[in-house]
Amino acid sequence: MKIVIASGKGGTGKTTLSVNLAVALAGEGSIGLLDCDVEEPNCHLYLKPPFDATQAVGVAIPVVDEQACTGCGLCARACEFHALVALPGQPLFLPELCHGCGVCTYVCPEEAISEGNREIGLIGAGEVSGIYFRWGRLHLGEARSTPVIRAVKNLPAALSLDTVIIDAPPGVACPTVEALRGADYAVLVTEPTPFGLNDLGLAVQTAREMDIPCGVVVNRAGIGDSRVYDFCAVEGIPILLEIPDSRLIAEVCSRGEVFAAMNASFAADLRAFASDLRARIACRPTSPRGYGEKVTTP
Amino acid sequence: MSTPDATIVPRQLVVLSGKGGTGKTSIVAALAALVSDKVLADCDVDAADLHLVLNPTLRRRASFVAGKEAYIRPERCSACGDCMDLCRFHAIGMSAENGGRPVYAVDPLACEGCGLCARVCTCNAVEMLEPERGEWFVSDTRHGVLVHARLNVGGENSGKLVTLVRNQALALAQEAGACLVLVDGPPGVGCPVIASVTGADLLLAVTEPTVSGSHDLERAAELVQSFGLPLAVCINKCDLNPDMAKRIRDLCTDRGFPVVGELDYDIAVVRAQVEGKSIVEYGDSPVADQIRGMWTILNSMLKNLEA
Repeated sequence: MKIVIASGKGGTGKTTLSVNLAVALAGEGSIGLLDCDVEEPNCHLYLKPPFDATQAVGVAIPVVDEQACTGCGLCARACEFHALVALPGQPLFLPELCHGCGVCTYVCPEEAISEGNREIGLIGAGEVSGIYFRWGRLHLGEARSTPVIRAVKNLPAALSLDTVIIDAPPGVACPTVEALRGADYAVLVTEPTPFGLNDLGLAVQTAREMDIPCGVVVNRAGIGDSRVYDFCAVEGIPILLEIPDSRLIAEVCSRGEVFAAMNASFAADLRAFASDLRARIACRPTSPRGYGEKVTTP
Repeated sequence: MSTPDATIVPRQLVVLSGKGGTGKTSIVAALAALVSDKVLADCDVDAADLHLVLNPTLRRRASFVAGKEAYIRPERCSACGDCMDLCRFHAIGMSAENGGRPVYAVDPLACEGCGLCARVCTCNAVEMLEPERGEWFVSDTRHGVLVHARLNVGGENSGKLVTLVRNQALALAQEAGACLVLVDGPPGVGCPVIASVTGADLLLAVTEPTVSGSHDLERAAELVQSFGLPLAVCINKCDLNPDMAKRIRDLCTDRGFPVVGELDYDIAVVRAQVEGKSIVEYGDSPVADQIRGMWTILNSMLKNLEA
């Protein structure tokens, strides 16, 4: 199963849940943990892998052949992202605006634009504490994180994992959507507070729009009020797990330690939570439409 | 050259954090209650929460349109699949929506609006739409004017919406002669953060004494430094891990970031939020006093910028 740990609001405990779940499940089949919060990755601070993120993630960029370019300006007019600016002679290229879509190469009548590569981040992968761990880190100053998220999610073909846990970035914009794409289930972590509730509503909307079933984990249960529970009851969203508000857990996390590794009953709760999820996923017959996969008609 | 009594240029104080959930919005709400003569801007456009404390009365709403989105007219599609093969964003897939006849369709959440599909389509089946991506609002609150926004799910162009919100807030501040724009920023270091900090006068990074808080502060601070902007730091929930708090203090000393506030870990902050109040409007608490002290320092930093 492939589950994504998401939340609208930041700091609700996505990474804490992802890491603790992976550690609790290690040894029960093959477990993968993918840290897709590539703007601010944190899973490695808890897992402490012996490897860094060193493998480059690049995006396609136009490379203009000075000899062949006639300066017609067609490429600049075609670029929806204003990454090419028509100037007398060659166009000016603004790499941070480029989406790597390939339109400029396609429209150039002189075939003067080929494609190069620009590094925007790094990924790392390997085995740590019986977990296949993969993470990415966006270079500072880069605006678009989705290509790095895609690279983290692009697992080696030979690898077969029973459970894949994806730690998503906060929010509901394109990076979160990229992390959620293709998931069997979205686990939405929230706090029982007005901010938590508001952003949970947005996260539920996102999962529903993507046709991904979702359930809620209430972290820091006991603080705030009951409105998150009322919302879930009205919307028919299951509460999968409650993690009580605990200064001890907060202190353990603050030091970069994994609570499930030191508390057997918490680890058992997480294993039960995973079996429950597996059962919920097995109950759901339909699979979402596979965009990008060519379907041949009979 | 402007004369001494020309229009005041408002200062922009942007609150950010790197890591989410460190308390940005609670601190902005508290500052909003303490500071007069300012305009508020909520730039966390994909998970905006400031309005939950400020209880705004809507004055104006406008739709946010940016970028394009492809749409394949099923009756024109010949199902050749060229668009799907060339799309770099895996945004096109087969669907059987046209009376059982297989045609291709665009996943709006994956489409980046480049228009390559429209160019390659020989049947003229692809239309480039300009959809609404969200809305932005100007509201009145008990603590002054608030500019805020709502990005649609999976919304592209969040950076552009952030820029729009900031520009509106700045224009309103200039109009009213307010001397400050107080901005609640988004988490992370990507496009909405870059849009939030560009052109700011002073940044306040809110962190917490945890391995994640410290790691994410370092990345956010490095980004801000690359823009050459002054940064002050607030350590929230400071007593949660005194060793880590010391490490963050040392890091700030090393990098030359003043630590302008150290706030207690106090459940009263959540209780205030539940009642729709900021912590400084929720009776006396050490945190409220600590935020008042922090504002005194920030205010003098803002004044010194003018020199």
